[in-house]
Amino acid sequence: MKTAARYETGLDKFNRIGTVTNWGFHLVFILLALLCLIPVLVVLSISLTGEESIRNDGYSLFPKAFSGEAYQYIAQQGQMITRALGVSVLVTALGTVLGVVLTTSMGYVLSRPNYKLKGLLTWIVFIPMVFNGGLVSSYYINSNMLGLKDTVWALILPLAVSSFNVIICKTFFRSTIPDALIESAEIDGAGQLRIYCSIVLPISLPVLATIGLFLCFAYWNDWFQSMLYIDNQNLYSLQALLNSLMSNVDALARNASSMGISYAELVATMPKESARMAVAIVIVIPVAIAYPFFQKYFISGLTIGAVKG
Amino acid sequence: MDTKSGRKRLRTRWRTQDTELTLLALPTTVWYILFCFLPMFGLVIAFKDFKIHGGFLSNVIHSEWTGFKNFEFLFKSNDAWVVIRNTLGYNMIFIVLGIAIPVILALMIGQLHSGKAGKIYQTMMFLPYFLSWVVVSAIVWSFLSFDKGIVNQFLTGLGADPVNWYMEPKYWPYFLIFMNVWKGLGYGMVVYLATITGIDSTYYEAAVIDGASKWQQARFITLPLMKLVIVMMFILAVGRIFYTDFGLFFQVPRDSNSLFTVATTIDVLVYKQLKTATVGMASASAFVQSVMGCLTILLANWVVRRVDPDSAMM
Repeated sequence: MKTAARYETGLDKFNRIGTVTNWGFHLVFILLALLCLIPVLVVLSISLTGEESIRNDGYSLFPKAFSGEAYQYIAQQGQMITRALGVSVLVTALGTVLGVVLTTSMGYVLSRPNYKLKGLLTWIVFIPMVFNGGLVSSYYINSNMLGLKDTVWALILPLAVSSFNVIICKTFFRSTIPDALIESAEIDGAGQLRIYCSIVLPISLPVLATIGLFLCFAYWNDWFQSMLYIDNQNLYSLQALLNSLMSNVDALARNASSMGISYAELVATMPKESARMAVAIVIVIPVAIAYPFFQKYFISGLTIGAVKG
Repeated sequence: MDTKSGRKRLRTRWRTQDTELTLLALPTTVWYILFCFLPMFGLVIAFKDFKIHGGFLSNVIHSEWTGFKNFEFLFKSNDAWVVIRNTLGYNMIFIVLGIAIPVILALMIGQLHSGKAGKIYQTMMFLPYFLSWVVVSAIVWSFLSFDKGIVNQFLTGLGADPVNWYMEPKYWPYFLIFMNVWKGLGYGMVVYLATITGIDSTYYEAAVIDGASKWQQARFITLPLMKLVIVMMFILAVGRIFYTDFGLFFQVPRDSNSLFTVATTIDVLVYKQLKTATVGMASASAFVQSVMGCLTILLANWVVRRVDPDSAMM
């Protein structure tokens, strides 16, 4: 409200673009906004269209024959979709917590100016930013040596830490937590773990939120780790499920036997096209609802990162 | 002021705090060793005749040295050159568009009379950034599918012939560039908008009093003050010129073989070689990417340090 009032002062009002230009700009942004929104609505529309109608008329922006059969079908399929949802939620939750702990603890240690091994650890964080082992050796080490192949940990561990996030944390701690605060706690006899848990973390909620959100979206949206390491379909996340459905939609009939009909029968009768898009919608809905509220934490993280990359 | 001797004492004596901080950093350090540093040493397999079966370590140690044979195979195949061309070519276009479009839009959105509308537009344009490439691939499919896609329905509606989009390489550079810009728009604008909102409003007040038009204000105040950020973003992007967004080039063209020559970048090639068990070539490609990537990043960082020392990585 305050900013709106300030905006109306004489000079600001005088120094504005003309009304016509203003509407021109509005038009450009409305078009761009629709360009970003409509493709998602198309997917939603397909998921709500009857299979018969898709077969005859193809995809369209508005459902020609409205039908909820796709959602009904994936709900009936139960096991497959709830499993995938469970894997996605578990990986996202565990990964975010683990990632935040690993990232902030390192960030805190690097932010202590008198720490003896600061130089060494700074290099350990810095080197991976410029050099990495590449996909092939990472793949063999993770699957062969660390035994992560076909485990949930393959989806969690490799994404837990990024040097970018560690540096955001370090910069935040360095600039917002007064040294005097930590020194006084040290004088009172608090150990570093205690200082980190009960002083640093509680007053650093904004940066925790930023890092947590980055991780949360990264885990929820990840499909690459699944594609590399997961062969067991019971460990498919929603993204991995959609990925496999994009190349082979018949995989949706995997549970045929549990539904008491033959595989061939199910493949012939199930709503393929719309069910596939329904899975996409199940992925998108939580993201689309959540991100407008958390946008400001994202923006603060991105701008810190850009200033001090 | 620290006295010199005081500082020296601090630097030499190991305190309990140091032990505690080391323990606190230990889990993350172990993570870095396992997931970042071990793979770096694993790069030696590019120079070896590596077998897939059996334990990784014993394989690395026992497999035979082959010198540069893997690289010879890689560069003798036509693939390598096509893929390097694609990687560098697409990245150059992405760098230019990824700066020009968000900068222009950020300049425009700040001028809207209604700040609230600007926020709404910005939020909507941020949506694609939060979608995974698998979802984007489904979206693109719903437009470009041969028999059901919206674009072909539109074409047949106009009386034109439908196009088998996933078989026609000539359209794909445009599609891929479009998708990249589309997905990165919201992200790109954030950084530049933050810079614009950070500019002291008295500059503009002074300019208005001197009779500067809006255009002149943008040209002579806003853009010069954004120059540093733009240069930084440019250099950082150049530093990553050997890396591409795997999802864009793998998911969006749906791994179509007809599109190999226009849609395969280094990351996609490495993945394909890895999956087809041509490990020697895959490790050679990955090695080339890691080394070239490292050199360009260091070079970019060196340039950054000359432009603005505070923004350099080290």
